[in-house]
Amino acid sequence: MVFSGCLTSLPQISEFIAKSGERADMGSKAIYQVQLAVDEACTNIIEHGYGGENKGDIDCSVIIGQKDMTIILRDKGKPFKMDKVPQPKLNVPLEELQPRGVGVFLMQQMMDEIKYERTTDAENVLTMIKRKP
Amino acid sequence: MEVITSQYKRCDLIKTSGRVDSSTAPQLEEAFNSIIDAGRHKIVFDMTDVNFMSSKAWWVLIDAQKKCKRYNRGEVTLVKVQENIRESLDLVGMGSYFQMFDDVTAAVGSF
Repeated sequence: MVFSGCLTSLPQISEFIAKSGERADMGSKAIYQVQLAVDEACTNIIEHGYGGENKGDIDCSVIIGQKDMTIILRDKGKPFKMDKVPQPKLNVPLEELQPRGVGVFLMQQMMDEIKYERTTDAENVLTMIKRKP
Repeated sequence: MEVITSQYKRCDLIKTSGRVDSSTAPQLEEAFNSIIDAGRHKIVFDMTDVNFMSSKAWWVLIDAQKKCKRYNRGEVTLVKVQENIRESLDLVGMGSYFQMFDDVTAAVGSF
């Protein structure tokens, strides 16, 4: 499914993930976790990869396996330097809490595996795997 | 997304429903800021009908909590946080920054 790279696409993408998750028989808890990870990833693509709304599309595909569900997000924005995103400082006093890195940290916590690849034709491919509980 | 605010004697109540994500979080932020800017810092956020919260949405709550707790002038408390949402919040350790209640009456009464 191809979605336009704008924030108002997020509920549609989430709905697509929910329906796929139901078909994969993932259970509501795992579906929520995948929805959250995909929402964070797509927000990153729109805000950081494309640098704003309506600059390009997000191609979202789902592969349903026997034991897991794989989500592949493709976009043509700037490369996603996942390893350069700082680990957020959590469990600190409220005043010291900063938002940077929380989205990527959430993605890592919600999914079992995350792989990123920049293809030779300048496409970002983010592959996220969630195993059935 | 509709955000409803109501003013009580001792605190304010914010209620919304559905998804709070990057596209709708600014509306929630506006609701919190309008109360805080009016000098009121005791706020109950009723999440009974909220079924999705992205990190952007949590950040609105964290920011509001920082402003409200400053000088011990108030606090943001949460009502009926759905289990999936609460688990994701606890995973990133943000659950500890909020008092949570099972119903609005208890939350309003705590102020």
